[in-house]
Amino acid sequence: MTPTTHATQRQPRWLRSWWYHAAFYAQTWRGSVASSILFPILYLASLGVGVGHLVTAHTGLVEGQTYLHFIAPSLLATTTMQLGEGESLWPVLASVKWIRTYHAAAATPLEPDDILFGKLAWVATRAFVTSIIYTIIVGCFGALTSWWSLTLPLIGVLITLAFSAPLVAYAAAAQSDASFTTLYRFAFVPMFLFSATFYPVSAYPGYLRPVVQFFPLYHGVALVRAAAYGRGSLAIQLAHVAVLVGLAVTGVLWGRRTMRRRLTD
Amino acid sequence: MTNDYVLEARRLVKRFGDFEAVRGIDLSIERGESFGFLGPNGAGKTSTMRMISAVSQPTEGTITIFGLDPSTHGPEIRQRLGIVPQEDSLELELSVRLNLEMFGRYFDLPRRVVRERATELLEFTQLSERANEKVDNLSGGMKRRLTIARGLINRPEILILDEPTTGLDPQARHLLWDRLYRLKREGVTLIITTHYMDEAEQLCDRLVVMDRGTIVAEGAPRSLIDRYSTREVVELRFASDNHEAFHDRLAPFAERLEILPDRVLLYVHEGDATLREIHASGITPSSALVRRSSLEDVFLHLTGRSLSD
Repeated sequence: MTPTTHATQRQPRWLRSWWYHAAFYAQTWRGSVASSILFPILYLASLGVGVGHLVTAHTGLVEGQTYLHFIAPSLLATTTMQLGEGESLWPVLASVKWIRTYHAAAATPLEPDDILFGKLAWVATRAFVTSIIYTIIVGCFGALTSWWSLTLPLIGVLITLAFSAPLVAYAAAAQSDASFTTLYRFAFVPMFLFSATFYPVSAYPGYLRPVVQFFPLYHGVALVRAAAYGRGSLAIQLAHVAVLVGLAVTGVLWGRRTMRRRLTD
Repeated sequence: MTNDYVLEARRLVKRFGDFEAVRGIDLSIERGESFGFLGPNGAGKTSTMRMISAVSQPTEGTITIFGLDPSTHGPEIRQRLGIVPQEDSLELELSVRLNLEMFGRYFDLPRRVVRERATELLEFTQLSERANEKVDNLSGGMKRRLTIARGLINRPEILILDEPTTGLDPQARHLLWDRLYRLKREGVTLIITTHYMDEAEQLCDRLVVMDRGTIVAEGAPRSLIDRYSTREVVELRFASDNHEAFHDRLAPFAERLEILPDRVLLYVHEGDATLREIHASGITPSSALVRRSSLEDVFLHLTGRSLSD
């Protein structure tokens, strides 16, 4: 018998999958980096400074912050959500159905779990780097007033995974991308607009607030603001964390099933 | 291990819901052998290939590959297999070379080793000049060769190829066959599915004919032809569409007769002699061809259908 590969293994299998994504990104990153620095600056300049000028003139402070400082942290939450969405639906369906690169990977020592964990680890890596860039930019606009802000990159990773893990699981089982567009129209865009992103939840009538609080992004936005200003009770923040962790864990468990079924049936 | 089988399967079944794709097949493949699965689309070839690639689990039955059980030793087995799937599944946006190098990392090969092997394999598959080009720009035959090169990056003991030359032009097919001969000479075990008769006859030491999820015949290509067909075949075409009408008149001339929509096949020992007799009897086909029996005839005889159905 030849010795089993365990003895000589240098790199865990999921990490090989992470490397593959990283090597792929290294070939294609140039376009996305410029936009990920330029976009938040333009966004904050337009909404924060421009619209903020009107808000300050008419309403004054929002929850004790200038409008610019109020919306700046939420940008980190919406961006990491969008990263989770964008990395998970079409790219995964392409890999399991159109180009079938995950099938190619499943014919190597990698198991479906390795492919899934490598993918999510890579998405988390991108979320971490993006969140650091955004934290610095938001900080440059003066919107970070607490040392808790140092946790923002981790919160960004958590938000991304809360979206990415369930969506990867869903895409791994999908037969076509028809439902993806529906998801964007009726779930992601409303969530982006109505998760207390641009105004506080107190702006809604009382009976609508539970609806808003049902949105996963709402918990991300609340958490990011709390970290930026260092306010709010720790118990509530932990509840927000629990919601996001719950989504991510559910997504991973579901994804293990769908990925295995898709790649090994 | 007591024998030199690299792969053994017993009573292999694969079901998808109510559909039974593979219905209890047995296989034993020896080291260094070139083994083929021949059959039409939907015969269960690909489902079988996925099971013997240690990728999909059989619904029933057992497989051992290198003496190991794929349900418990999948990664160890696949470390030693090279798999060339039906679809190329290449990274179209990346260069030819990167496709190989990145794939090599899946096998935990050190970067330096992967680079060396990529260079060798590009040479072997005659893609060196295109090494830095995007895969998207390659022809179908080149992509296929790259997929084979990718399947060889881990120096596999068994190379499993699903329909390696489907959709390629004759020149590209012959180049590919040549590369597969070389691998065989180097001692690599080849497992190939195909629905091309000539490919099976060219490449396989031994093959199984599959139809509707079962094995209907097994043996060396030549021995299958000897067993299930005559030495020669006379192919006749008639101006009339009603070929059935000729059945009774032609039957006395042949050991066996097959009426196809576009032609009539007569299985005979001596084709030219038979053709002379047919002409002498006053039957006038619009065209006639005498050829040697092939695996196509074996398949037709065993299943009553032609392979291209």
